[in-house]
Amino acid sequence: MANHSQLGFQDASSPIMEELVEFHDHALMVALTICSLVLYLLTLMLMEKLSSNTVDAQEVELIWTILPAIVLILLALPSLQILYMMDEIDEPDLTLKAIGHQWYWSYEYTDFKDLSFDSYMIPTTDLPLGHFRLLEVDHRVVIPMESPIRMIITADDVLHSWAVPTLGVKTDAIPGRLNQTSFTTTRPGIFYGQCSEICGANHSFMPIVVESTPLTYFENWSSLISS
Amino acid sequence: MAEDIEAKLKRYKTAPFDSRFPNQNQTKNCWQNYLDFHRCQKAMAAKGADATPCQWYYRVYKSLCPTSWVTTWDEYREEGIFPGKI
Repeated sequence: MANHSQLGFQDASSPIMEELVEFHDHALMVALTICSLVLYLLTLMLMEKLSSNTVDAQEVELIWTILPAIVLILLALPSLQILYMMDEIDEPDLTLKAIGHQWYWSYEYTDFKDLSFDSYMIPTTDLPLGHFRLLEVDHRVVIPMESPIRMIITADDVLHSWAVPTLGVKTDAIPGRLNQTSFTTTRPGIFYGQCSEICGANHSFMPIVVESTPLTYFENWSSLISS
Repeated sequence: MAEDIEAKLKRYKTAPFDSRFPNQNQTKNCWQNYLDFHRCQKAMAAKGADATPCQWYYRVYKSLCPTSWVTTWDEYREEGIFPGKI
């Protein structure tokens, strides 16, 4: 989850998010370089240190056309690489359905048995000491770690959106439509997210909590919760 | 062929990638498998043949389709108002 006054991304917990964080660092460095250059030139101009009596500037025109084109290519190539990486076909180990309701999520694991449960936010009045306000839920989405997971996201009533920033996942939940997304968690842990599409009065109070554990614990949990 | 399908069913983990539905919108995938299962069942019952191969479609639609959708469609089929052709 985000710490207070956090500006940057949360630490990545999936390979795609790791790539996105690196790309963002790269893109921001490009932006910083260009802004610094512009600021420097602006300062020079304001101090009247930039003067020129050139009328024919073919060479410099060429440079400041080619260089931006190169910069754009340097941005586009990693961006497209990640885009295609996100579309890679990775046979999933598990299919999980997340259904948005007003104002809670319900999850279904129906590959083998009919396992389903609702996930409501824990109200602040019932929150144990030290737990995260407006983020904790009564039933977490338990998944096996380091396994490709396919998520099918939909909604029962209005638009919602299933988002977990640390996994790099945000997918709209649309009534009557099944949206597919996939991820692999790189480590065990508890990952928080919040509904990301305005859905009424309690839109801010239907969080998502994903619990990534080793396979044995996942199997243990799934056999216990369905009984 | 019957052994193949049984081996496939035994190895079933979850709905595999279906190249007919390569994109984000998997609605048709769920719908098609639901239809295919019931059509397969109906056809096998009409021929008096073994309906085990139909189980593949069952497992796939079970994995993909929300339970509420399946319940609704089952009710529609019973009432005779199911919109698909089975």
